[in-house]
Amino acid sequence: MKKFNGKVLFLDRADINTDEIIPAKYLTENSKQALKPYLLEDLELDSFLAERDIAGKSVVITRSNFGCGSSREHAPWAFEVNGINLVIAESFARIFRQNMFNCGMMAIELPREVIDRLFSVIDQKDTELETDLEKNVFKISANGKTEEIPFAISDFDRALVEAGGWVDYADLKY
Amino acid sequence: MGRTIVEKIFDSHRVDNPFGDIHVIRLDAVFCHEITTPIAINDLEARGKDRVYDPSKIKAVIDHVTPAKDSKTAIQGKILRDWARRHKIRDFFDIGHNGVCHAIFPEKGFVRPGYTVIMGDSHTCTHGAFGAFAAGVGTTDLEVGILKGVCAFRHPKTIKIDITGRLPKGVYAKDIILSIIGRIGVNGATNRVIEFSGHAVESMNMESRMTLCNMAVEAGATCGICTPDMTTLEYLWEFVKDEFPSKEAAMAEFSHYKPDPDAVYDKIIEHNIGTLEPQVTYGYKPENVRSVREMEKTKIDQVYIGSCTNGRIDDLAAAAEVLQDQKINSGVRGIVSPATPKIFNEALERGYIKIFMDAGFCVTNPTCGACLGMSNGVLADGEICASTTNRNFNGRMGKGGMVHLMSPATAAASAISGYITNSNLYQG
Repeated sequence: MKKFNGKVLFLDRADINTDEIIPAKYLTENSKQALKPYLLEDLELDSFLAERDIAGKSVVITRSNFGCGSSREHAPWAFEVNGINLVIAESFARIFRQNMFNCGMMAIELPREVIDRLFSVIDQKDTELETDLEKNVFKISANGKTEEIPFAISDFDRALVEAGGWVDYADLKY
Repeated sequence: MGRTIVEKIFDSHRVDNPFGDIHVIRLDAVFCHEITTPIAINDLEARGKDRVYDPSKIKAVIDHVTPAKDSKTAIQGKILRDWARRHKIRDFFDIGHNGVCHAIFPEKGFVRPGYTVIMGDSHTCTHGAFGAFAAGVGTTDLEVGILKGVCAFRHPKTIKIDITGRLPKGVYAKDIILSIIGRIGVNGATNRVIEFSGHAVESMNMESRMTLCNMAVEAGATCGICTPDMTTLEYLWEFVKDEFPSKEAAMAEFSHYKPDPDAVYDKIIEHNIGTLEPQVTYGYKPENVRSVREMEKTKIDQVYIGSCTNGRIDDLAAAAEVLQDQKINSGVRGIVSPATPKIFNEALERGYIKIFMDAGFCVTNPTCGACLGMSNGVLADGEICASTTNRNFNGRMGKGGMVHLMSPATAAASAISGYITNSNLYQG
């Protein structure tokens, strides 16, 4: 099974949409790998520069309604080919969240106060996260300290992650 | 306990209920276009599973970039075309017969009350106008739909929006849905189905109901849905008349998918439109909505009339009524894209195409093109477009461009003045 560990990219805005994650003009690509240079190309945030901040990251922590807009699975794929397979947010748009689990990736919701605290107290430049899928706990390390944050994942979502995605799961069962 | 429309549909289509909270439902139709389907086709081939669950239930169209604009889009079209031929998918629409998916599929009678439909396109929620459950999905869900004819959803809670009051003159379904999104926000119906009800919806034709349901996803909704009634039946009658002995019999069948009076809703919202003015967006979120009156000084570079939201015959009629004997402002580029060949033909016969061309509009073939900045009207950095489409995201119609969403009448009036303008059809 995939690991969901590594350095964290913080995206400090609500309602980041799929056009910002991967603009429609790149939807003419027929391979996932071709999307790699364009991840978050149209996202304009004071604290974020795509060419500086994406490399080396494995996890995204962000605000509410992440991935709203289009149904394009190119959005999770663009994260995947950049080595990011876990997004943690206050909430997700339905299709984006489902697409993540359908690809065997994870989209995990945490309460607003926990997300707020992560943004305000953690050193956003140098944060590492480790996922313990047996105990349902994220271990977040920053500022020389490690904190454990519990999370919830439904049985179905866990089954998709374990199966490696919905195609394999559905093909076995239906 | 009473059930909502979508609960009735799920109950009649459920094939599995894994872990108690997931509903795997049987699909009555899987719709496909050339942007999100080719990667699913390639993946099925790579897995050695290049099969379709039922070729008669799969409908496919090339609509986003058509005719192809470059080699990459030509390849996307070719993958879909070859696949449709290989699997004998009869309902495949290519150049000369193709149109915007959410306009052409209803027009062909492919959506019925009680149906379950998925497509790799977020605006699939449009088809809920027929009392169907229709949801946008990603490529993986689409792939499983193609292969197995099923899709998984969490329990569909429903928000009922009761639209009350009489729609003022010159105000349209587009203004209603913009005002609703402005009220509940882009996250206001996430993981919910919106049931649109009330006298205003009952008195709408199917085109207006499709406009209403089309933008449900901009509030985060899985699907917008309207109760099937005689308007639904009259629209579909030419397609279903051989299946029923009478309209009464068909209506009895469709009525299975009316909500129970004691259905349980997550929330009920009354939305009065009696004094609604024409609406327009500002900013980069569909919830950033104001009255046109508040935005009237905004200068525009381009006007776009078309899309799955507002490219149907009534939309062209409203715009043509404003543009009759008028010229568009010399600083404005006008583009109109009738959403399907049938709509294009009807617009020709009714004289709308001549009105558009005399006014100075460019009339394109049916395509999604400009709405998502893929072709046929991409904006340059800093340009502003008055558009009848559904998304005003940053960069949506071209990097650095600004999109103001509005009704076709407002877009037409804005084309004439060169500024965002209320149409002369509006008498506030």
